[in-house]
Amino acid sequence: MTTAVPRVPNIMPLIQSAASTDFRSLLIRQRREVLDAWVEEQLKQGRVESLPAAELRAQCDQFLSLLAGPANSDSILDVNDPAWMPARAFLADLSRSRARLGFSPSETASFVFALKRPLFALLRREFADNAQQLADETWLATELLDQLGLLTMEEYQRGREEVIRSQQHEMLELSTPVLTLWDGVLALPLIGTLDSARTQIVMETLLQRIVETGAQIAIIDITGVPTVDTMTAQHLLKTVTATRLMGAECIISGIRPQIAATIVHLGVDLGVVTTKATLADAFRVALSRSGRTVTHGSSDGE
Amino acid sequence: MERIPIIRMGRWLLVTIQVDMYDQLAMTLQQDLTEQIARQGSEGVLVDISALEIVDSFIGRMIANTATMARVLGAETVLVGMQPAVAITLVELGLSLPGITTARNVEMGMALLERVSTSRA
Repeated sequence: MTTAVPRVPNIMPLIQSAASTDFRSLLIRQRREVLDAWVEEQLKQGRVESLPAAELRAQCDQFLSLLAGPANSDSILDVNDPAWMPARAFLADLSRSRARLGFSPSETASFVFALKRPLFALLRREFADNAQQLADETWLATELLDQLGLLTMEEYQRGREEVIRSQQHEMLELSTPVLTLWDGVLALPLIGTLDSARTQIVMETLLQRIVETGAQIAIIDITGVPTVDTMTAQHLLKTVTATRLMGAECIISGIRPQIAATIVHLGVDLGVVTTKATLADAFRVALSRSGRTVTHGSSDGE
Repeated sequence: MERIPIIRMGRWLLVTIQVDMYDQLAMTLQQDLTEQIARQGSEGVLVDISALEIVDSFIGRMIANTATMARVLGAETVLVGMQPAVAITLVELGLSLPGITTARNVEMGMALLERVSTSRA
């Protein structure tokens, strides 16, 4: 705080006559007062109680320094100007961290907008006898803060999108577990809607596991797939064909009556694919195809 | 000229492709293989493509055609050791090789050939 304050007031009078103080030099001179009012304003709006007051104050303080930074008065209304880079970076950081902390959009934007009230109060007091200048400065300040507020929103949105992207990625990883049911028998329980991106990953994972384990039979269980449309059926058929090309067999299990009806109504030809109603049925088929049978054991072993 | 060797094992022929296929090589192989089947009256052909990492539509179609030709000449073709990337590519190209028998590795392929040729005899 003490580093920025003495420097800027020395420069300001060189650019502008001492009489025409603008809102930013006011902001610098009355910094402590503005800071107090700003923090209080935000606390009063009651949206930041999850942040420690000290941290909020530090954030506000830092932003005020950055706001004072772009001393060139030409760039004051253009936040895309390079002089605004540090302030933009700070807001971007703040918005993203708030997005991750679960703040709502308006809660995040209020960081910038809450500065309006203390700043305008200051302007009104300072330019009480000069209506023209009061209007001008208020207009400038509004325009600047609005731009910064919009920037906050954009960054907030970007932060949320990042969260969504990483969740999507995690979900893809979660959704493709390939299990070894028996020596040479793999199972792939699918849960959720199958789209092209997911099928691609499912197919790759399954084929890779077939290579690794040398399995001869793979069971794809679609109990957890809510609906089957022509695209989904197409994807499933591709996976089955690829598995066959690799020299393994593929059984589709977990077909519910509604899904069987849908498949027939859609006219999808599952052709030579072995299909079973439950995973247990499919497993029994898999075992018998690899020359094993399940019996009730009355004695130990055979 | 580069050639892919065709090894005779009794009633069967064994082809292992250890290099990347290009069009001329595939055409030479098709010619050599059909000639060998006809000359020796082989009952089965085992093609090991475990080292093949790249296929295009031409090579895919060559494999399918060669297998069909072998069947016409009286030999069953078993394709073994296909890599996942190759399988995915063929499926995406729409080449599902319907008439071809496949197996995981040479050993399983041999067992399969044994079964197929005894059942046909």
